[in-house]
Amino acid sequence: MDDCIVFDDAAVARGGTRIWQHGTFSIETGSVTAIVGTNGTGKTTMMQVELGLIPLAAGRVTVLGEPAGRANDRIGYVPQSYTDDIDSSLTAEQSVLLGLTGTRFGIHPVTRAQRAKAREAMRFVGVEDKARMRLSQLSGGLRQRVAIAQALVCDPQLLMLDEPLANLDLASQRSVVHVLARLNRELGTTIQVVAHDLNMLLPILTGAVYLLDGHPHYAAMDDVLDSTLLTHLYGTRVQVVTTPQGDMFVTPNALDERDGAVPDTHDVEEVAEFHDHDHHGRQHTDPKEVA
Amino acid sequence: MIRFAFDPAWTETISAPFMVNAFAAGVCIALAAGVMGYFTIARHSTFAAHALAHIGLPGATGAVLLGLPVSAGLGAFALGGALVIGALGKRASQREIATGTVLAFATGMGLFFARLSSQASAQMQSILFGSIITITDGQIRGFMVFDAVLLAVLAVVYRPLLFSSLDEQVARAKGVPVGAMNLVFMAMMAGVITIAVPAVGTLLIFALVITPAATANIVTASPFAAMATATLICLASIWGGLVLAAMFPVPPSFVIVTISTLFWAVAKAIEALRR
Repeated sequence: MDDCIVFDDAAVARGGTRIWQHGTFSIETGSVTAIVGTNGTGKTTMMQVELGLIPLAAGRVTVLGEPAGRANDRIGYVPQSYTDDIDSSLTAEQSVLLGLTGTRFGIHPVTRAQRAKAREAMRFVGVEDKARMRLSQLSGGLRQRVAIAQALVCDPQLLMLDEPLANLDLASQRSVVHVLARLNRELGTTIQVVAHDLNMLLPILTGAVYLLDGHPHYAAMDDVLDSTLLTHLYGTRVQVVTTPQGDMFVTPNALDERDGAVPDTHDVEEVAEFHDHDHHGRQHTDPKEVA
Repeated sequence: MIRFAFDPAWTETISAPFMVNAFAAGVCIALAAGVMGYFTIARHSTFAAHALAHIGLPGATGAVLLGLPVSAGLGAFALGGALVIGALGKRASQREIATGTVLAFATGMGLFFARLSSQASAQMQSILFGSIITITDGQIRGFMVFDAVLLAVLAVVYRPLLFSSLDEQVARAKGVPVGAMNLVFMAMMAGVITIAVPAVGTLLIFALVITPAATANIVTASPFAAMATATLICLASIWGGLVLAAMFPVPPSFVIVTISTLFWAVAKAIEALRR
């Protein structure tokens, strides 16, 4: 399979300080990748780099075979937007249509074909019956799905979502994940998700870009789901629990644990030694082996 | 004692040439304000729009001081302010403290200029509160030219402006020139304010540019319908204000603002009852 996103020694700076650097990895077409890391490590920045909205301080980023920013018409982008209060008078259908018509200058009445396309996108994410409702009347989960429909309407090869599950209740999170799973499976869309919490996304993820010590790394999911790595990544004790549904990782607080519980966790200082700091090479020591 | 006596000769009053001019001006102002009000609300720039009118005030009184037309000074200052706010980006138009501070300073400067000459002082009230019945033929021609330019520009930028107003981040990622759209919006806003100030003045402009658009947003659900509805509400407010001011001894600006506010209050009340 060919690569959808390729980072080649990429670095990003803002106001003179490097946010992250030495990013060298590639993400396969057709994969579902999470960008993980604690607050302020530059997850959203990474997405903006891939969209060409922020210039690189060094290195190269190629997306869909072109330099970052050149292929944006083939990318669907869903920013983290719950915090913005969306204009109340717009209907779901009009919002989706903007994804198709919003960039065109001049007078262009909406065609029947465009309307059908918008309906199709809304049907895919399961909000077709909400087409005539205003965004302000919709719940956060439905609004998120409308935003995904807007990104889908131009048939993107790559879909990027920034914290699509934040502030959603469990059922809404599940329905958004289900939409992403179907997109990937049925339409073959490559998906990239910025996420705080991986738990909900675990069943669909093929890999993750994790921002650690100021460097982006890529790892397949089996390697990411490791207590030592996750503990280092989140800076708090993390354990991976295997459930009948698949892996889950949890972040327990020692004070809250029942007596006699034996979690598979390590101190941050202890784990720091496991971690390989040779960031120039593509080789990365499997944290499992060291542990 | 104040007497609100009904004037039975009001039909004669409204057919006088100065009233015909006022009705014509009402059409031009309603169209410009109705269309731009929608974008102003969508961009969360209502306070910036309100501030622009005040930034125009020293321009207006300064123009009188220099013997220039009020609209020229008002327009120049509003446009200057608009371009500065626009260049600072859409976020800047949401910076309420900075905007409010500049607003207060500009209003003070407007007062200072007005005090420098007795003529400017005399014009102060009509600049602050409007004087729609003194609009001249020349002004109406200017309004019509502005409306034509506004509609022509909007025909070109309508969708990208709408996209960047409603969903700036996605619009930018999709290649909409968001910064340019912001400048275009602010420049058009300055123009709308320049032509709306003669009707209701800098102090009451919010009720003519923003309030009808807010009402339209409640009763309609599409941008185009909202703009059309806001234009009609604006027109009903101005024309209603003129007719009532001819019937009763009340200032037109007061009635215009009152009608606009009533439309909004009724829409809000109905919306609240439906929930």
